[in-house]
Formats: sequence, structure tokens, C-alpha cells
Amino acid sequence: MSVLAQPPAAQAHRGLLARAWDSDIGYSFRTSPVAIGAAAITLVIVLATVFAEFITPQNPFDAAALNLMDGFTPPGEAGAGSGMYFGLGADSQGRDMYSAILYGSRVSLLIGTASVIFSLVLGVSLGLIAGYIGGRIEALIMRIADIQLSFPAILVALLVFGIARGLIHPSLHEQMTFAVMTIAIGLSNWAQYARTVRASTLVEKRKEYVDAARVIGLRAFPVMIKHVLPNVAGPILVIATINLALAVLEEATLSFLGVGMPPTQPSLGTLIRIGQQFLFSGEWWILLFPSLALVTIALSINLFGDWLRDALNPKLR
Amino acid sequence: MSTAIVEQPNEVFAGTAGPLVKVDHLTCVFDVSRPWLERTLAGAPKQMLTAVADLSFEIARRETFALVGESGSGKSTVARMVVGLLSPTAGQVTIDGVSMSDPRLAAAREKLRRRIQMIFQDPFASLNPRWRVDRIVAEPIRAFGITRNDAEVEARVSELLKLVRLDPADGRKYPHEFSGGQRQRIAIARALSANPEFIVCDEPTSALDVSVQAQILNLMRDLQDRLGLTYLFISHNLAVVRHMATRIGVMYLGRLVEVAPARDIFAHPRHPYTRMLLDAVPDLAMAGRQRKPVDGETPNPIAPPPGCPFHPRCPFAAERCRTERPHAIVTGSVSVACHAVEEGRI
Repeated sequence: MSVLAQPPAAQAHRGLLARAWDSDIGYSFRTSPVAIGAAAITLVIVLATVFAEFITPQNPFDAAALNLMDGFTPPGEAGAGSGMYFGLGADSQGRDMYSAILYGSRVSLLIGTASVIFSLVLGVSLGLIAGYIGGRIEALIMRIADIQLSFPAILVALLVFGIARGLIHPSLHEQMTFAVMTIAIGLSNWAQYARTVRASTLVEKRKEYVDAARVIGLRAFPVMIKHVLPNVAGPILVIATINLALAVLEEATLSFLGVGMPPTQPSLGTLIRIGQQFLFSGEWWILLFPSLALVTIALSINLFGDWLRDALNPKLR
Repeated sequence: MSTAIVEQPNEVFAGTAGPLVKVDHLTCVFDVSRPWLERTLAGAPKQMLTAVADLSFEIARRETFALVGESGSGKSTVARMVVGLLSPTAGQVTIDGVSMSDPRLAAAREKLRRRIQMIFQDPFASLNPRWRVDRIVAEPIRAFGITRNDAEVEARVSELLKLVRLDPADGRKYPHEFSGGQRQRIAIARALSANPEFIVCDEPTSALDVSVQAQILNLMRDLQDRLGLTYLFISHNLAVVRHMATRIGVMYLGRLVEVAPARDIFAHPRHPYTRMLLDAVPDLAMAGRQRKPVDGETPNPIAPPPGCPFHPRCPFAAERCRTERPHAIVTGSVSVACHAVEEGRI
């Protein structure tokens, strides 16, 4: 038995959170101000978007709640029509920018998260299959990934988006935009997961614990899921975190270019696109505040991802 | 320690006649060519590596058959073919009358799997680092559906951990919390959990400290006596093999050059390669015996030398050895493939 004070039984009964707090990664988190700051900001933004209904003065998606007379109210002034106070100003429709930003961030984060999950599931499955099965299947999957990586992600997303638009009936466009955006962004990012997972799988499948599982007759699929996947999962988490920031930016880019979320359910990118029309006529707040929100979201997620990558990399400890 | 597992030597099968494991003309050829496109552009031919060539041996019930040889002699390849991790290019492995490669016998082979287990070389790689020890040990029990009852599985796991002299409470820990010797005992517990009768041990002690090696070997012998196990024991260490084996097969470049009972090999090594291996063992008992130093390394198995594969390093090589491949000559319980021995030159 070890000389440590904790008896094993007590260790097993301690909460998961307490153990995580005491772990190497927990320590690294506690001692990194950047990680704490980034995590706190991300958490605040996520909570604010989840509970947007309760902390905003109006629903910016509800046309009936808007007063056109409030249009272009500068930040910190009361609207001419409703007399409502606009902390971050109002846009041309009399929409409160603060409410629009929170609702828009929710759309952006939802699409970002959904597309990350989509590309993660797709990329990890294909990478596992390529690495574990090998042979022609591997060559096929990895060549497709190579081809895809030679195009900019935004181009792939535009292409997928365009094809989907052509296939879906125009009357369904607005309802389907969310799903189409998710798939378009997800499809443009899977190759990175596939490459990483394949590389780690090639290493893991040569280890004897995989042989031990095969000796007792386990087939390829259970071996991949039960044995290989848990051992290649570390890097996936890091890529997913960093990709979340990229996916949010990609969504904003698509919406800014006018192929993404429609003005009736604006994301941050849509808000920025609307805002840039008024920049030179002096209504700077319509552009500035959504842009700041986007930068804050992307930066805090990215900084958190950077920290996570360093914390999980034993060579940098 | 009287428990259900310990009291189950494999009496049922011990009565059946014939050897438990029969290896017939086993051959394994790997394609080590460069990728097709590169090969075509360079105009290079396919490159085939013969890891195991025309290997035959039998293992009787409850004996330990050891395969020895240098690195690259194909020992591990044989082990992997015997447990079915690798399919042979030619020849076959028959365990208790069931061929391991016949597609018609798939159902019988599934049943057979439960009776075969493997212990691996590197205890730091053979246990899944993300699994707790109790789950690792229980995996074969669950995979073979021996019992679905969680309490029963738990009881068996703690029994098995006690059997390999570990604390049943250790089941809640992860593999990285153990030393190499303890990990190898966990691997042994896993191998025993489905009540196998035949265990293939691929260099089970070569990754361990010398002091721990003896511990593991004694445990394995002890378990063999108690559970009636049959071992195929792969090793490059003759001292270890001497402690364990009933019979020994010496491999060189994918071929068996000599098969003999353990005592005979150490007392009267016949094949020049066996002599060389024995001479390399620093052993007080052998001091004073004339040593014939043999230089050189194992030849490239992609282009093995013609005739006897050992002739470039053999001090007794004659013209015939350079051209004609020697076949195994069986005299009593000993089988040697060497022209010099056959002709009585040595």
C-alpha cells in the first residue's frame, strides 16, 4: 500500500469535481489567469445567451415588438417611438442592439456547437475506421480528406450551402437554414479530426491491449469503440474546443456574405452585415457592438482551447 | 485459498488422446513492398519477407513447449498465428482437433477461443490505460458471456486477483498505479479469467527486472500445476526457458533447427546454432566447456541464404550446407535439421 494519507476507499468515494480540481489539469487551470478569464467570459456569454429571454427588454425576432420610430437610436438614449432605453442603441428597424446581440450570439453558438459535434462525429468515425481497418478504405478516406484540406473551409461550406439550397424547396429555406449551416460548416471541418484520430489510432492499434481484446474474439467495431477510442480522445477535445471558435467565425463569415442566417433570425454575422451598411452614415453602433461580441466569443474560446492544448500536452508541462 | 477457480483443473479435456496443439507446415509471408505507385515508378519488384517457413511441432497437454531464438527469428509471429491474431500464408494450426484456419469450423473455433489465452511481452502496453483493473480482468468473462451477474463477475475478479497475489481492492485502480511485475500479474489474471487450458506466453518476462522475472515464472509454474495449463512459451532467454520448459524448439530465421526435451538441449545441444546460443549464456555450470564463437548477425529474411540458412555463421559449414536445405532428422525425442549432425561431422 502507498504511504499517501488517503486510503483507497476514500479516494474512490470522492466526487468527480474534487478529483478533477486536484488533478494536474485542475492545477494548471487554477494557476493560469488566462484560462480562468477565458473560461469565465465564455461561461458568462453562454449563460447570457441561454437565458436571453429573461435579461433582454425585447424579443428582436418578433416584428410586432419593434417600433420603427425607434430606428437608429444612438447608444444610451431613449427611443423616439416607444421611449424605451437603448443601452447599445437600436438598428434601422428599431431593434435593441443588446437584445439582438444576445439572441444572435445564441444562434451563432448553437450553429457552432452543432457543427462541431457533426464534424467531430463524422471525422472521428472516419479516422478510426481508416486507422484501424487500413488498406484501400484508409487510402480512400484520407485522399478525400487531403483533397478537402486543399480548399479553404469557407469555400467548402459555400459549396455545400449552395448545393443544399438547390436541393431544398424554396418555401423551406428559412426553416432549414439552421440545419444546412450546421452541415455545411461541419462538412468543411471533419478532415482535421479524421487525420488526428487516424494518426493516434495507427499508434494505438499496434499496442498489445488491442491484441488482448482480439484474442478473446472481439470484432473490429467493439475494439475500436471500447479500446481505441478512449485512448485517442485527448487530442479530439482540444481540436473541438479550438474548432468551436473557428466554426462561430465561419458561420459569421457565411452570414456576412449573405448566404447564412436570414435577417429574420439574425446571427452575429447577419447583424454585422446589416451594420456595415450604416457605417458611413454615422450609425457606428450597429456594426461595432455585434463585432465586439463576435471577437470576444472567438477570443475567449480560442484562449481556453490554447490553454487546454498546452495542459494536455505532457511535453509542455 | 480454496475457490471455485482454483479447484477447476481441466480434467474434462485431459482425458482426450493426442496432442493439444498441432502446428503443421506453418508458413507466414509478409508483403513488405513499397506502395504500388512508388514501386511501379521505381521499377522495383515486390518484396516478400518469409517470417516463418514450414514450421511443424506438437504440444502435449500440460506441458510447456518453449520456442527460443534471436530477435527476428519469427517466434512472435508463430505465437500470433497460434492464437489466431494472424492468419498463416500456408499450413495450419490445430487445437484439440479444431483447425484455426478452416472457415467451415467457425462455430467450433468460437468455442475454442475461450480455452486459448495469451500473455504479452510488454505489461505497460498490454493493459488498456483507460480501464480500471477490475474491468480489464473481467473483460474475457463478459466477452464469453460466462456470467452476466455483476456480483458474480466481481467475486471472480477478486478471486483472480488473489490468485495472482494481488489485493482484491486493487481492482479499483488504473494500470499506471502498478509496477511492471504487478501489471504482468494483472495480465495473467486476465488470461486466467475465462478458465483457459492453453496459454501462449510471448516473452512474458523480458520487460521485467530480473528479481521480478523469477516471481512471475514461479507464479506461472504454480498456476500450471494447479489448473492443468498447457503453455507455449516464447523467449529469447535460455535461462528463463530452462526454468519453465518441458520441450524446447530452437528457431532460426523462421525455421525450427532443433526440437528436443529441455534436459537434452542443455546437456547435449546438437545443432551448431543451439550450441552458439548456449555458449552465449553466462553460466557457471558451463564454465570450462569449449566455446565456438560465431560471428555475424541473422541474415536478411527477405533474401535468406541458399541451403542451410545458418551456413554463413556456422563453423561447421561444408559445401552441401551452402546448396542444400537440411530437413529435420528425428532420432527418438530429438529432431535436428543439420547436415553436419546427419553426417556425424559433429
